[in-house]
Amino acid sequence: MSAHVKATDFEVTGFAGEEHDSPGFIRTYIFSTDHKMIAKQFLVMSLVFLLLGGIMALIIRWQLGFPGQPLPGGTMLPETMAPGGIILPEFYNSMLTMHGTFMIFFAVMPLLVGVFGNLLIPLQIGAPDMAFPKLNALSFWLAVPAGFIMLASFLVEGGAAGAGWTAYAPLSASGEYTGVYLGQQLWLLSLFILGFSSITGAVNYITTVINLRAPGMTWFRLPLTVWALFVTAILALLAMPILAGALILLLSDQTIGTTFFLPEHGGEPLLWQHLFWFFGHPEVYILILPAFGIVSEVLANGARKPIFGYHAMVLAIIAIAFLGWVVWGHHMFMSGMNPMLGTTFMVSTLVIAVPSAIKVFNWLGTLWRGSIHFTVPFLHAAAFVSLFIIGGLSGIFMASAPVDIQIHDTYFIVAHLHYVLFGGSLFGIFAGIIYWYPKLFGRMMNSTWGYIHFAGTFIFYNLAFFPMHNLGLKGMMRRLYDPHQYEFLAPLQGLNTFISQAVFVLFAFQLIFAVNFLYSMWRGKKAEANPWHANSLEWSTPSPPPHGNFQGWPTVYRGAYEYSVPDRDDDYHPQWEPPAGGAAGPSPGSSHASPAPYSPAPERRES
Amino acid sequence: MSHAATMPMGHDRPERGFDAYNAKLGMWVFLLSEIMFFTSLIGAYVILRFAHPDAFAQPGVVLNVPLTAVNTFVLICSSVTMVKAFAALEQDDQKGLKLWLLATIVLGAAFVGVQAYEYYHLVHDGFVPNAAAYAAPGGAIYGSTFYLMTGFHGLHVSIGVLCLIWILWKSNRGAFHSKRVAGVEAMGLYWHFVDLVWIVLFTIVYLI
Repeated sequence: MSAHVKATDFEVTGFAGEEHDSPGFIRTYIFSTDHKMIAKQFLVMSLVFLLLGGIMALIIRWQLGFPGQPLPGGTMLPETMAPGGIILPEFYNSMLTMHGTFMIFFAVMPLLVGVFGNLLIPLQIGAPDMAFPKLNALSFWLAVPAGFIMLASFLVEGGAAGAGWTAYAPLSASGEYTGVYLGQQLWLLSLFILGFSSITGAVNYITTVINLRAPGMTWFRLPLTVWALFVTAILALLAMPILAGALILLLSDQTIGTTFFLPEHGGEPLLWQHLFWFFGHPEVYILILPAFGIVSEVLANGARKPIFGYHAMVLAIIAIAFLGWVVWGHHMFMSGMNPMLGTTFMVSTLVIAVPSAIKVFNWLGTLWRGSIHFTVPFLHAAAFVSLFIIGGLSGIFMASAPVDIQIHDTYFIVAHLHYVLFGGSLFGIFAGIIYWYPKLFGRMMNSTWGYIHFAGTFIFYNLAFFPMHNLGLKGMMRRLYDPHQYEFLAPLQGLNTFISQAVFVLFAFQLIFAVNFLYSMWRGKKAEANPWHANSLEWSTPSPPPHGNFQGWPTVYRGAYEYSVPDRDDDYHPQWEPPAGGAAGPSPGSSHASPAPYSPAPERRES
Repeated sequence: MSHAATMPMGHDRPERGFDAYNAKLGMWVFLLSEIMFFTSLIGAYVILRFAHPDAFAQPGVVLNVPLTAVNTFVLICSSVTMVKAFAALEQDDQKGLKLWLLATIVLGAAFVGVQAYEYYHLVHDGFVPNAAAYAAPGGAIYGSTFYLMTGFHGLHVSIGVLCLIWILWKSNRGAFHSKRVAGVEAMGLYWHFVDLVWIVLFTIVYLI
């Protein structure tokens, strides 16, 4: 009971944190309600799915790089997938569908929202836990069965869903078109359950940020990670139910014979696209905004400078999130939508370039003339900025309707989305995992292997994905099973083989990260409380923080980015450090029984 | 309790964005999500109806409007009893709380019961969700939209009734008093929301 919070005022509120004694094994590791443990659970789950999605990418790239040749080890796959090791078209369709589905819904989204939302929100706002710890546990324990249902769809007759991660109707609405019956239904069910998980998480995050900020933690003192995660939670809260509704309609078309998306009895296939992308475009920002926050945090810390334009950064996040709701039609320029409507969507989409550019310029402004510490997380964050610029610029090509007519559904879009999702989100995730590893596991990740992993990933990532722009401009369609089906694509085989080889090396470098991640958990260097000399509240706690995080409510005196303040010996000024001389007000705790403000020194001394 | 937006120190309690405790704020946030869920169903209905105006029969041809009007009144009454339950709780009137909760449960269950009765007769007349088996005036899309929209609303009412039974069981054990109202108040918010959604659905599905 060392680190518990006074719960006197909270009888009515059902405040979380009255019982912070040590629970048993199951309550600690399995059905835990501690936000840090739930973050770790999400981390393990989504890294496993990330690995799985990566293996699927290897299978896809094998088929494209070496079409018609037996997949190494492919003879272990059943006859219905790859007879004699040669990948069947149906299996290829399942692979690309499941690669997208797992990467988006079970890897990147839980990594950004589930892991960093859970870990950082309470720690950075100075709260002992989430507002609803049990709901938080429920959120994780809904995501797990959703993942297993999705995996199980490989085992049913007809195989896993093969209509693409966007599941366009009518292809997805009737098993007659794809040969996949139960697999598609399991896909819908799985995402429906995952939607519940996201919504419960979002309710928790939003309530926690609004109600449980430590004294002095005003809105504009919040670290940008919290802002990004807060706005992301609002997007998830409002977007996931739209997906849930669309999934229900499609599922009822499949099971009870309704006719929402099948034109035979008066359904509208285009309705699916509208519903899906009305969810799907906010979803795109769910997948990138938290990475914005992580990168802002890591860049300012690495440059030892205040983040450039803090308020502009916050407003840009809000602006992007708002605009994200009015641009969904740019996914549908080629769907036969009214061209006038297309122009509207084109303009609203191009407007998003403004807040995005504000963010990029502010990141560059943060780095400008900083005394940069080239740590491993810093390099990942810097790579994020450069790759996000490339991904953002290729986005402008597709946002322009006339250009999109040429490159729609080609490898150009594959290149673009991997530049923002891998080059953007995943580099942000790497930065975040390495940066907050001390708060997760109490140790540091090995930085030598970290540099090697970063260099290999950055080089082979670009070798793999940049040439895809060329493939797309030359007309190679996305989701194509075999480029040799078309004579004009046959000359691109050399480039396709090169890309596949780069992807295989890229994957090998990820194994370095996996080994480093696991090795450091037990053998890494013990982390002090504040190894990066950072300012936000999580660094006032020991590494890893105890159950309940803080001793009482910490008091916050300033924003999170006061680096290199003149006239100070240290080049950082933590949020929890009282002002010198105590001129700014009464000493906290003087009139209350609450503990003294948290001391910046590391409390926990492990022998 | 203070908003303390500009007071940096000297408090031993957190900043608050709104004057709402966690359970109440959480329920409001959750209801925003619910609004978007019904928006997707209603939006699909609006689009399909504009695309195929002839597939939707005139009001009263297929659906029994008087019966459902009475049912709507039942649901609105259940909102009133829910308010009475909360008012009783604020007065620490335990007996009133339980009585009005019970009334809300009965009215909510009656609504679901009438809906089931309505479904039974509609299916009997060939008004079914399955497009291939559809044999009523209008087109198959009429049946599809009707059952999905009213069905998911009915599911929300049913879940609400189950939660109300749980709240009643807790009140019976003395879990609530005028200083501890979270469960009942959050329940009430959900219940009024479900009621409000029904008024929208009744209007666009039955009356227009």
